[in-house]
Amino acid sequence: MSRERKIIVNALTRVEGEGALHIRLDGDEIDDVRLSIYEPPRFFEALLRGRSIEEVPDITARICGICPVAYQMSSVHALESALNITVTPEIRALRRLLYCGEWIESHALHVFLLSAPDFFGCASGIELTKQFPQQINDGLRVRKVGNALLEILGGRAIHPVNVRVGGFHRMPSREELTPLLSELEWALAAAIELADWVAGFSFPTFDATCELIAMHHPDEYSMNQGQIASTQFPTFDVDKYEQHFSEDQVAHSTALQSTRRGQTSSYLLGPLARVALNRDQLSPQAFALAKKICPVSVTQNRFASILARMIEVVSCLEESIATIQSYETANQAFVPYVVQSGFGCAATEAPRGLLYHHYEISDDGRVAGAKIVPPTSQNQRQIEFDLRGYLPQLIRESDQTIANECEKLIRTYDPCISCSSHFLTVHVVRN
Amino acid sequence: MSHLPSTEKKRLGVFKFASCDGCQLSLLSCEDELLALAEKVEIAHFLEASSATLPGPFDLALVEGSISTSEDIERIREIRHQSRSLVTIGACATSGGIQSLRNWADHDEYLRYVYPHPDYIDSLATSTAISDHVTVEFELRGCPVDKYQLLEVVMAFIHGRRPRIPSHSVCLECKRRGTICIAVTEGKPCLGPITQAGCGAICPAYHRACYGCFGPCAQANPPSLSEHYLADGTTPLQMIHQLRNVNAASRLFQIESNRIEAKPAAARAHE
Ligand code: SF4
Ligand code: SF4
Repeated sequence: MSRERKIIVNALTRVEGEGALHIRLDGDEIDDVRLSIYEPPRFFEALLRGRSIEEVPDITARICGICPVAYQMSSVHALESALNITVTPEIRALRRLLYCGEWIESHALHVFLLSAPDFFGCASGIELTKQFPQQINDGLRVRKVGNALLEILGGRAIHPVNVRVGGFHRMPSREELTPLLSELEWALAAAIELADWVAGFSFPTFDATCELIAMHHPDEYSMNQGQIASTQFPTFDVDKYEQHFSEDQVAHSTALQSTRRGQTSSYLLGPLARVALNRDQLSPQAFALAKKICPVSVTQNRFASILARMIEVVSCLEESIATIQSYETANQAFVPYVVQSGFGCAATEAPRGLLYHHYEISDDGRVAGAKIVPPTSQNQRQIEFDLRGYLPQLIRESDQTIANECEKLIRTYDPCISCSSHFLTVHVVRN
Repeated sequence: MSHLPSTEKKRLGVFKFASCDGCQLSLLSCEDELLALAEKVEIAHFLEASSATLPGPFDLALVEGSISTSEDIERIREIRHQSRSLVTIGACATSGGIQSLRNWADHDEYLRYVYPHPDYIDSLATSTAISDHVTVEFELRGCPVDKYQLLEVVMAFIHGRRPRIPSHSVCLECKRRGTICIAVTEGKPCLGPITQAGCGAICPAYHRACYGCFGPCAQANPPSLSEHYLADGTTPLQMIHQLRNVNAASRLFQIESNRIEAKPAAARAHE
């Protein structure tokens, strides 16, 4: 009798984009684990060429509807680095505020609608609302504050229109921002309570030590600037990114996978890595919350990423309140610049982790070359590695249970599959 | 009681093709209305929101994304077959999206530029709208769609009436909002006059030109607008790129960008 079992999840659900999971077991042995991405390629890096640099943030936003700001930010930072533009402190603070809006919106979406249902055996956030109407409604209201920040600073929450190279098209007035304060204060208190609720979920035990990578900034919880830090290797500057990481095609995989050059192990990006590496820089209430619900020892449990997300939501809410309270409308919406040829790169922390862009600019101010490495393509190798680590404790369960548990694990990374500038659909399976 | 079947609730399916998920996300962003909507319809298939997937048929299929692989063509036909009404949501589904820029490019070169093993990739040389492949009952514009328009469309189809979606230009929304016209005062090549309303005229309110993310409006006259801008210092390439953006392959924008491209500069200068 064949001891071979194939477990296939044809369509991963409650993730952004479309993908599938293939597991082949031979008795108690794990034969093959493959996360396949059938998201069709959209060729962003190719189609950016020839476009004026002013058009880049509108185009790169379209890579992902859940984290468009991250794509806009990484691209404008990279272009500014190529043109030696330094933005004013006011612009910088507003960019962080915009990023706070996106983290709040994206994290709350993941926590309340995509991930929490897993802890209660529910198919959706809508179904979970029947059990926890107060919590889910409050969670969605917190998310709405994030969207409101995006709408005021960016014009709209999905694909904001106000970001440009050098700053913004228009600075918001104090009068536009201050009415948000009362809702932000409500959201801060609510998010701390909701974090306690989330901390009470029953978490599968799955600790898998791996390298955690996040940006680190000496003065702030890193979002859109900093160096690249790791739990295992020394910190280095973003412009050395390509010396440290490569994207390779692996025979068993369907996607380009990022690795640290010279290493065979994978690494993890995202909220857990950020909270592990930058915890001292969280806002005061978020730091207190982290001490309580997410001690350092927990940051190697993938299922704890939902806690890290709540901590970051609290941190962003607190920072947003402080930024708006001290906000004075600045006259200068953007720093003027002279177009010239150049090369620039930048990384920012998308909600799901480090997002790297580089651009070559031709002397007439057009994109001559582009490279975009989304967080999910970097995490993908870690996801497969972790599935292999998680499977042994499930192997005696039914195929359905194994499939469900693996899907739950995959969801904890909040993978963003549409960011598929680097995913491949492989027809050939090589052994 | 089996004679009161669950079909009292209309069955909704949400499907995705090549896209960024932004239009589906607009549905999830209807925070206040989502739960109420879930009372009214049965969400039978919506991978982004729910792991419970039920087979068709569907009373209403919302389709996001463009057709860009050979499998997509099969899949959209199957979805059409299963759906009483099919509504496309967003620029990708109604005009091919930003990824339709490949329609003007060398597809093989694009493949080689992005992928080290292009032979593994399943991708068509074009990205096209859903209506190029199957009959569509309604197309909702926008990149992304406006969530209130989306709710209006869903409600209209649930109740069996036509959606009330305006087809006039962004200009009217600017006037309503009290925004000073930036095409007139600053000479920026704003596509507002030929772009369909729906966004609330966001860009001019943020001091920038509309880049047409809702696609062409009903009465659009693109040649007269672009000739106006071209006479005023906008270069042909700028104008072409302005038209070739997230709605590049929408019929009117496509014809106009091709027209500008085909026309030698000398001929234009003599007009
Ligand atoms: S139309 Fe725009 S927002 Fe909608 S899926 Fe396409 S790229 Fe995303
Ligand atoms: S590009 Fe035009 S249609 Fe799109 S948001 Fe801006 S003003 Fe509205």
